[in-house]
Amino acid sequence: MEHVKQQPMRNVDLSVDLGGIRMKNPVTVASGTFGYGQEYAELIDVTRLGAITVKGIRLQAWPGNPLPRHVEVSGGMVNAIGLQGPGVDGFARDYMPFLRGAQVPVIVNIWGTSEDEYAEVARRLSDVEGVAGLELNISCPNVKEGGHAFGTDPRTVASLVAAVRRATRLPLMPKLAPNVPDIRVFVRAAQEAGADALALINTLPAIVIDIETRRPVLANKVGGLSGLAIHPVAVKLVWEAAQAARVPLLAMGGIMGPEQAIEFLIVGATAVAVGTANFIDPSTPLRVLDGIEAYLVKHGMRSVKDLSGSLVCG
Amino acid sequence: MMDVASKVLRQVPLTAGYWLLELEAPALAEQAFPGQFVHVRVPGLEQVSLRRPFSIFGAKDGVLKILYKTVGRGTEQMNRLIPGNILQVIGPLGNGFPLEPKGVPVLVGGGYGVAPLCFLASRLSRPGVVLAGGRTADDVLAIEQFESLGWPARVATQDGSRGERGLVTVLLDRELERLKERGEQAELYACGPDGMLRAVGARAIAVGCRGWISLDKHMVCGVGACLACVQNLKREDGTMWIGRVCHDGPIFEAREIVW
Repeated sequence: MEHVKQQPMRNVDLSVDLGGIRMKNPVTVASGTFGYGQEYAELIDVTRLGAITVKGIRLQAWPGNPLPRHVEVSGGMVNAIGLQGPGVDGFARDYMPFLRGAQVPVIVNIWGTSEDEYAEVARRLSDVEGVAGLELNISCPNVKEGGHAFGTDPRTVASLVAAVRRATRLPLMPKLAPNVPDIRVFVRAAQEAGADALALINTLPAIVIDIETRRPVLANKVGGLSGLAIHPVAVKLVWEAAQAARVPLLAMGGIMGPEQAIEFLIVGATAVAVGTANFIDPSTPLRVLDGIEAYLVKHGMRSVKDLSGSLVCG
Repeated sequence: MMDVASKVLRQVPLTAGYWLLELEAPALAEQAFPGQFVHVRVPGLEQVSLRRPFSIFGAKDGVLKILYKTVGRGTEQMNRLIPGNILQVIGPLGNGFPLEPKGVPVLVGGGYGVAPLCFLASRLSRPGVVLAGGRTADDVLAIEQFESLGWPARVATQDGSRGERGLVTVLLDRELERLKERGEQAELYACGPDGMLRAVGARAIAVGCRGWISLDKHMVCGVGACLACVQNLKREDGTMWIGRVCHDGPIFEAREIVW
């Protein structure tokens, strides 16, 4: 759909500061759903995004999982791509030139199989012009060695965040695992170790069985559930996280339009990320942005910051 | 590449279960190239359903044609569309077939795999022959379209209900033999099930001609961002790489593909 840019309606301030990542509006995209930005540049005006969050990067190039890597389910999809990527140097060489040209803050999602690897990736990205911040992937359900293994033990999270903190001055935003007994424990662990912001939620671990073959559909067997189905789960976790967080939150999980994004802002998110919806309607992030602006005008709010954490209880 | 609201013009029934969907999509049709595909958001499915990729069967005079078989939720819903309905279509996507063959083009299609080949036949720089295979006569499609372009079409079905009994590769082996006797070079173009593609690719390598293989993989984004539809590939120097079927393909030369 040809996306018509709406005229700024009134003096609505959409800008947010996500732990040092200065965004002109609160809408970014979820890592892994938007490639490196350039893939969608012919379909939407990527320069209108508040930030572009790119696919997960580790130190070396990584092949990802065998196929099938995804399956559609009611309300969303389950994926096990397995963090295929070009490695940090390949990313900086092949993908950063376009991103620098887009004049939009770039959030790089990073991962590794050891604290040292995370720290080294962070160190190298610190020297790459145009990188605005790092999202620490400690919650990918699809790689055995890294990701999720770090994200479900608060001591491991604290140690990892501290190690990366020592390696870089870039804004650091760990992406938390949703499948933990109490998200607040992880919020405190990460922010005390030096996180500047927190992203949540990652996909929920899931499995889909082909009943004819009686085998898991995905080659990796387990994948991550995303899409509208996980939205209320994500809102609950963001709501809980906001109660313990001193740092800003980037919320994601099932945003299909402005309504879901506004819910996240109300329960305390500073910014939001559109994920699976990009595959269905690439104009979703811009629809979300326009919808948030219209909502602020309609409710007489001057700034998106007035909406963040405005939940009415009791 | 564009994401356009396209109006359904008509649905033409072909053989059992196969349909031709005609859409009004002038800008997209203008840009479309044989071997490329479109990524369709099927209205009437849940709001959150993924798009479905389809080869472009034809693109002419502002009309985009998609050949499809009703095989699941998406295509069954697509079949309920009536003239005037609107659907979002991203395209044209993918690389497309080369149009300047070094030899006589031999097009090999399995089932609805003939879809991009029909568009290809209308644009190739020289005429050739089309070999169409299917399980039964119902799976043999668009033969009249090839013939109306002046292309001879040979048919094989596994149950012998149309043309010869057997696999389409039997026809291919005979065609390659005939060209060899005449001292002519072939150039193969194939679209169909993986087993057929692999067999066609092996023959291209064996006879030393080029073989353009259109891969069919389940896709999510369609634009190269999500990495759901990757394929292991090999460069001429032997180094390996992982391609995205939607963006780097769907057409690859037989020697590139690591099956």
